Amino acid sequence: MTRAGRFVPVLLALTLPLWLGSPYFLHVVIMAGIFGILALSLNLLLGYTGQLSLGHAAFFGIGAYTSALLTLRLEWSFWLALPCAVAASGLAGWLIGRLALKLRGAYFVLVTISFAGVIALVSVNWMDVTNGPLGLPGVPAPALGPWSLRAKSVYYYLVLVAVLIAYLVCRRLVASRIGRAFVALRENEALAESVGVDVTHYLVLAAVVSAAMAGMAGSLYAHYTRFVSPEVFLFSYTVTMVIMVVAGGKGTLAGPLVGALIFTALPEALRAVTSWQWQMLAYGVLLVLLVFFLPRGIVPALAAWRAWKAP
Amino acid sequence: MARVESALTLSVRDLAVRFGGVTALAGVSFDVHPGTITSVIGPNGAGKTTAFNAITGYLRPTRGRIEYVGVPLTGLRPSAIAARGIVRTFQRTSVFPSLSVADNVMIGLHLRGSAGVLDVLLGRRRRAAEESRLAHDADGIIEFVGLGHRRGEVASELPYGEQRLVELAVALAARPRLLLLDEPGAGMTTAEKAAVGRLIRRIRDQSTTVLLVEHDMRMVMGISDTVIVMNHGRVIAEGAPASIQAHPDVIRAYLGSAGDRD
Amino acid sequence: MNGLVLGGTYALLGIGLTLIFGLMNVVNFAHGEFYTLGAYAAFATLGLAGAHFVAAVLAAIACGVALGAVCELTLLRPLRAESIDTTMLVMIGVWITMQNGELLLWGGVAKSIPHPFPTAPLVLGPVSIAPLRVFVLALAAGLIVASYLLIHKTQLGMAMRATFQDRDTAALMGVRIGRIHTATFAFGSGLAAAAGALLGPVFLAYPSMGDLAALKAFSVVILGGLGNLPGATLGGLLLGVAEELGAGYVSSGYRDAVGFVIIILVLLLRPAGLFSKQERIG
Repeated sequence: MTRAGRFVPVLLALTLPLWLGSPYFLHVVIMAGIFGILALSLNLLLGYTGQLSLGHAAFFGIGAYTSALLTLRLEWSFWLALPCAVAASGLAGWLIGRLALKLRGAYFVLVTISFAGVIALVSVNWMDVTNGPLGLPGVPAPALGPWSLRAKSVYYYLVLVAVLIAYLVCRRLVASRIGRAFVALRENEALAESVGVDVTHYLVLAAVVSAAMAGMAGSLYAHYTRFVSPEVFLFSYTVTMVIMVVAGGKGTLAGPLVGALIFTALPEALRAVTSWQWQMLAYGVLLVLLVFFLPRGIVPALAAWRAWKAP
Repeated sequence: MARVESALTLSVRDLAVRFGGVTALAGVSFDVHPGTITSVIGPNGAGKTTAFNAITGYLRPTRGRIEYVGVPLTGLRPSAIAARGIVRTFQRTSVFPSLSVADNVMIGLHLRGSAGVLDVLLGRRRRAAEESRLAHDADGIIEFVGLGHRRGEVASELPYGEQRLVELAVALAARPRLLLLDEPGAGMTTAEKAAVGRLIRRIRDQSTTVLLVEHDMRMVMGISDTVIVMNHGRVIAEGAPASIQAHPDVIRAYLGSAGDRD
Repeated sequence: MNGLVLGGTYALLGIGLTLIFGLMNVVNFAHGEFYTLGAYAAFATLGLAGAHFVAAVLAAIACGVALGAVCELTLLRPLRAESIDTTMLVMIGVWITMQNGELLLWGGVAKSIPHPFPTAPLVLGPVSIAPLRVFVLALAAGLIVASYLLIHKTQLGMAMRATFQDRDTAALMGVRIGRIHTATFAFGSGLAAAAGALLGPVFLAYPSMGDLAALKAFSVVILGGLGNLPGATLGGLLLGVAEELGAGYVSSGYRDAVGFVIIILVLLLRPAGLFSKQERIG
């Protein structure tokens, strides 16, 4: 992309709230950003180390609840609660990473689902802390000094910065010796070990970073919707995340973001036309079709098509 | 025959491996001396690859001691053993399939880099310098094994013989002091085997000790300094190629088990 | 006692899944949906005038078997060479599709499946239990026995066992692997549907009932060991009883956690399953 070519989208992104008109579209973009971070985090595990986690909703939820509880009950500032939420989910990721040491493939998937299930049940039943199914309303919006970041147009920038951070972290990791180690684990673990790649260290690292990122997304979500309930653990969130990564292109950096945009905008666009169930039904069919016809995802397919067109 | 060596490269004592009711190794002892090419031969099922797996940490031995330059290896994970300078290849072609040859070798260079998480996330200049150094090293190794013209190709799409060269390049990238090759000539044409043999000698000349398992007798006798013969999980002979070829136990082992050879 | 009822149906779910997972190496995330399908099929059949309860169960099984076969033929067979991740994703797709299909067809409101049994509990000594549950237990037991007979006494069963133990040799001996796969998947799905038809009237039928059922099926499989039929049976019973005890002593909200915790603990401590005696060689 030429410099001018890169400049325009950046300018558009920076000035988005000014030209995007309705707050509804802004809402969609913000949600796309939050899901983009989630998709990037899942991609780190799935696309790079090759482990499928279907429990990422757990990290998302832990981040959301931690952040919400700290600001609601202990009246901490958002800027303190966010890192704590990241740390809490990072810790959970560490746990899963250590579990992953013994398990691969389907068994790992099952453990992640079970983990998410247990966390979900805890959030529903631990009424004293989490208020159970009623959830936690009134989560305060972040404030920067005297200015509240409550307004959508302002929150947009917060999410934009977060997406940038997440993207940069992923890109730096992937392009480094660490990223190579991740991929080595996915491609041929025994061979990787034979040249000195410490499986434990790198799997745990991937899990921690991935979970921490998801926790960040959770905190942003909690302070945006200002309401947290066990619904964050709904499997449909996990499913959506997986589709975003798989459809967008796992193992690429742009893929999850593209996937997030498409699958946040698409439901909104379809909402006027059909009901939510038809949409999820379509997702299911789409997932099957993707596996058959576009297994590497949209971004790699586009790249391949471009390469084919310009030899 | 007692040999007093101040720096024995690899010392294996009474190595035994059992799974369930099967004894794969029944107490194997041998030494690998630095700067040599040692070959391990024997009929199928003699326990050769099992020994490799035990030495390099892929299998936990039931009994026995493995020491490298005086430091015990038993119980260490493969990656820790690699960090001590012992690298192995695998019996069946083992590459990183969807990556290019260059990327394959870059992974082999893993231990030669030092960038940790913080370095990666924050630092820029030092990381960039290290990355270019590693890329340069990778090119050197790729040229050494003769795959310069395949640098950017995807490993799994290469012909069999070249894939095995990729495997060798990856192992060499880890700068082993002791290189264990598991059937480096398997499935290769005579010409390819000769080329591999020459490569192995060049590797030895660069001060890397080589221990290999192989079935091709001509290749083995042609390049080895020492030959170790195994059968039924035991060492039955050890010595220079000429003496092994004339050894009665060895001849019996091969003739006796002619029925189940490959 | 209720634990046994639950356990019997869990055993059915587990047997089906352990065969599919063990023999075909497919992580069948849609297993729970066949369970749900069974319940709804029973519901639909009973809706037809004067259908007998047993007929409804049979209809459910038939649906499960048919749809299972279709799934295997169209989706799984072409992907046989792919990695387990790919098949996982496909089955997740099937899961979502089926669940939302059911949601659309029958709505999200839970349905009560009518049954012909009196609601007054039978009193057998110190235990009182609803006649429906006795029937369910009896039928579940019957189906379990039937499964055993199929696996151990029929030629199909022998072929399945052979394929499980050593696929290549079985193929060399003339076993049509493709057909075995289809049969296994259909059989497993049929059992799941049966479980759904049996438990549906005990509880209620709603589209997401399959999610928990699937997880419990996986727990049972993990408990009993992959491909281990008696293990799955015992595991199912164990899980059912454990849940009842857990609900009684700890708190009923956490009853479903038992399954999750089992998965995590067993995989961490004894990945081969509680009842496996085999040691893996190599």
